[in-house]
Amino acid sequence: MPSQPPEGEPAPSDGSLPTDALASFGTRPFAFYVHVPFCSTRCGYCDFNTYTSDELGPGASRASYADQVVAEVRLARRVLGDRDVPVSSVFVGGGTPTLLPAGDLGRILAAVRAEFGLTADAEVTTEANPDSVTAESLAALRADGFTRVSFGMQSSAPHVLAVLERTHTPGRAVAAVAEARAAGFPHVNVDLIYAAPGETEADFAASLAAAVGSGADHVSAYALIVEDGTRLAARIRRGELPDVDDDVAADRYLQADAALGAAGLAWYEVSNWARPGGECRHNLAYWRGDDWWGAGPGAHSHVGGVRWWNVRHPAAYAARIAAGESPAQAREVLTAEDRRVEDVLLRVRLREGLPLGRLTPAGLAVAERAVADGLAEGPAYAAGRLVLTLRGRLLADALVRDLVD
Amino acid sequence: MGDRARAVARADHAREPARPTCEDDQTTVANASAPVPGSTDPSVIRNFCIIAHIDHGKSTLADRMLQLTGVVDGRAMRAQYLDRMDIERERGITIKSQAVRLPYTASDGVTYVLNLIDTPGHVDFTYEVSRSLAACEGAILLVDAAQGIEAQTLANLYLALENDLQIIPVLNKIDLPAAQPEKYAAELARIIGCDPDDVLRVSAKTGHGVGELLEEVVRLVPAPVGDPNAPARAMIFDSVYDTYRGVVTYVRVIDGHLSTRERIQMMSTGVVHEMLEVGVISPDPISSAGIGVGEVGYLITGVKDVRQSRVGDTVTSARHGATQALGGYRDPKPMVFSGLYPLDGSDYPELRDALDKLQLNDAALVYEPETSVALGFGFRCGFLGLLHLEIVRERLEREFGLDLISTAPNVVYRVVMDDGSESVVTNPSEFPSGKIAEVYEPMVRSTILAPSEYIGAIMELCQTRRGTLLGMDYLSEDRVELRYTLPLAEIVFDFFDALKSKTRGYASLDYEPTGEQASDLVKVDILLHGEPVDAFSSIVHRDKAYAYGVSMASKLKELIPRQQFEVPIQAAIGARVIARETIRAIRKDVLAKCYGGDITRKRKLLEKQKEGKKRMKMVGRVEVPQEAFIAALSTDDTAAKPKS
Repeated sequence: MPSQPPEGEPAPSDGSLPTDALASFGTRPFAFYVHVPFCSTRCGYCDFNTYTSDELGPGASRASYADQVVAEVRLARRVLGDRDVPVSSVFVGGGTPTLLPAGDLGRILAAVRAEFGLTADAEVTTEANPDSVTAESLAALRADGFTRVSFGMQSSAPHVLAVLERTHTPGRAVAAVAEARAAGFPHVNVDLIYAAPGETEADFAASLAAAVGSGADHVSAYALIVEDGTRLAARIRRGELPDVDDDVAADRYLQADAALGAAGLAWYEVSNWARPGGECRHNLAYWRGDDWWGAGPGAHSHVGGVRWWNVRHPAAYAARIAAGESPAQAREVLTAEDRRVEDVLLRVRLREGLPLGRLTPAGLAVAERAVADGLAEGPAYAAGRLVLTLRGRLLADALVRDLVD
Repeated sequence: MGDRARAVARADHAREPARPTCEDDQTTVANASAPVPGSTDPSVIRNFCIIAHIDHGKSTLADRMLQLTGVVDGRAMRAQYLDRMDIERERGITIKSQAVRLPYTASDGVTYVLNLIDTPGHVDFTYEVSRSLAACEGAILLVDAAQGIEAQTLANLYLALENDLQIIPVLNKIDLPAAQPEKYAAELARIIGCDPDDVLRVSAKTGHGVGELLEEVVRLVPAPVGDPNAPARAMIFDSVYDTYRGVVTYVRVIDGHLSTRERIQMMSTGVVHEMLEVGVISPDPISSAGIGVGEVGYLITGVKDVRQSRVGDTVTSARHGATQALGGYRDPKPMVFSGLYPLDGSDYPELRDALDKLQLNDAALVYEPETSVALGFGFRCGFLGLLHLEIVRERLEREFGLDLISTAPNVVYRVVMDDGSESVVTNPSEFPSGKIAEVYEPMVRSTILAPSEYIGAIMELCQTRRGTLLGMDYLSEDRVELRYTLPLAEIVFDFFDALKSKTRGYASLDYEPTGEQASDLVKVDILLHGEPVDAFSSIVHRDKAYAYGVSMASKLKELIPRQQFEVPIQAAIGARVIARETIRAIRKDVLAKCYGGDITRKRKLLEKQKEGKKRMKMVGRVEVPQEAFIAALSTDDTAAKPKS
């Protein structure tokens, strides 16, 4: 079952934004996120906002979904006004975007292009399951204007894929990367999940080698998080699977950083490595606090210090769109201090680091100690930025608690 | 000293029937021909108490006597009439004493005045018991016919014999199927040196034999003797704080006469008070013009603090008063100390107010402000013993709604340095460093009664607690009395629990202070990341320092969450480390992902974690959860739950 959204204040039914937030629109890069809340089956570890066809219920269907998103893109234009702010990144995530009928993703992208325009070098990404794409469908996406595809490979070990309840075979992900390259995608990502129950160091070494060897220029490696309410959590609780061990996760992280670095992929965010130029701009937009509009059920948006999130169920979403109303369920208007805290929380995860100017005097003292403790890099600190060391990345949340204390 | 937990200032006190009232409220005396207070011939007075173990039926017997003498009718009878406080009622124990005047027309046709003086029933209150006994000429030794005598009862019996009281041995609960009256009558006869046939057999529950018992009290207990013309001397055997009336003082008149509207003097301090009211309890207060030789009654002077009306003190008239006080007065002396800290630091003023209020009714409770690096602001409190500590703590939590952390109880040490200077240590963290010549610790003389099959187990336990066997006697074929000298420090922690578990609950324990002894004692400090944690410092015997250090270090290792750096936990005597554990550094504390741009969730999580951080106590750079302190300081090993 999907996790619960945060609480917030009511969002206006027309989607309108506070004047201050609106006034700052265009001063930061602007991105679009499109959420596709469909999956053929739900994986045991997943708590994302996604639904199998059985779970959809009346009022929502994959067939009519693209039209609803196109309607929300038009709503975004009305809300944000006429200012000429072309979109620098579009990211279609899920769920499984490639479950939509052929051409739908292209239609949504066309709507973004029509309403806002894209920057010349815009990054256009879709997530994909290795077994929900073919050479033909990839070629079609490329032709529609997609520049980047991100595959959920997760692992090359069959027993790990089984624990995660992934449906694809290990070799399929590698083949899909090759097909994407063949279709002309300049950037391909593979996602890995490590420290799953039963995964050995050798299993993960093989996964890293497969990811690097596939030709992808970007790898995201995430420690498995056992989310409440998932089947995985239930199996661990019942003792069917061992729990995830943080020390093992730490070892795997070091393993990932070493293997990926050796292959020429450098870290640029705690969980992301890329060849130079392969960094995911959409990903950076989140950590840098850029503006983005999230379309689709449960999607989160941020414009000028206002964060809002859409109603979660596809049927509720469809009803709002059909009524011509904003699908936003609630929002929060951040104070200056909230935004400062978020900046610390988010930017400290990046290789480019956190400008020290965002810290209070107490936070600066903590940062200085972090350098002394080997959690942050000395030269970067001297140059005015807090950049985490390898050990510091593993303790980023603990450090953030001290930095904003 | 008053006792440790008498009726405190409580709004609902008004419904309690024992509160002294004005003359015109309560004038009904059950027996119309009864002698009048203040002019009762001592020859018809019988002052007695009941010595019994907690659940051997003392209160039920008292209830039955109240009924039989007609001072309480069956309808008004409330079970255990004389026990009034909630805590007492729940625990089934009597922790305050009172005196009831029972007019009783005996079979010889004479109407006597029986004064039943209740005695506190716990080891901490030996001195109070001795004063109650000193107010009597006789004592009913009440023993459960299914269980036999218990250690505290035996100890109190010895006290009664020291006070030359006439003992009336009684077996109670003879109606129980498990009763063994023959066996226990023989046991009692052996202990007090009488004939087994002299042991009365009653059932307080059914009333069987209680009438005969009253006749025996009249027949056997000597009438009080005193000089009615001498200056007044009355001994205080109890004093209770009442919200409406202030302190109510219970006295036994030895010589002379105390009258209302005269001024009285406390002989230990010389302080003079106005006497506002004199009276007797029967069982509700009845004020009178005065009380005379041999009588037992109450005085109200309007003072608000029981420390001005101390158990054992002598009351006399302010004018032409006595010059020689009655013997036996002692200042209350705290034996056990513990730091009490509010769980929430902002409750400190409430804790102070609550202690101030409790002290009005508890002359033995002492406290002074104390600061702990680990626990913040609190009070170092002194108690007569462990039960006293428990009662005070429970009342603070229950009546004042406070959540408290208490440090492990410790005793008082006298430390003599090489240069001859001396200090008294009530808090282990204040144990002096430097050249120590001797450390003295308080000792107790303990009596343990148990079935003889447990002798081995008890001896082993006492051995490990540094006990010295003084003697052993068989009370009957299969019951034995063991007498040990033990350091009080060895008893205050978990001795009684250990004793109970080694004897399947059959052993009983009593102890009394018996001076001090030089011992090879050391202070063990617990250091977290090199910083001493004052709340965990303990004074222990050198032979046990290692075991204490190891157990505390491993306990803390389980309780303290991993930090960003490796945290050594050390137990040390001075600079010498005797035990060490290490909390490995946490290696991963980062969430991998951002939940699809749900930054709000990430920030809320951070806020929640920051809240959790606020509940941590900082020891140097180490964050220690409050729960870790509570669990580490608790004597119960099961409370040491692993960190999540």
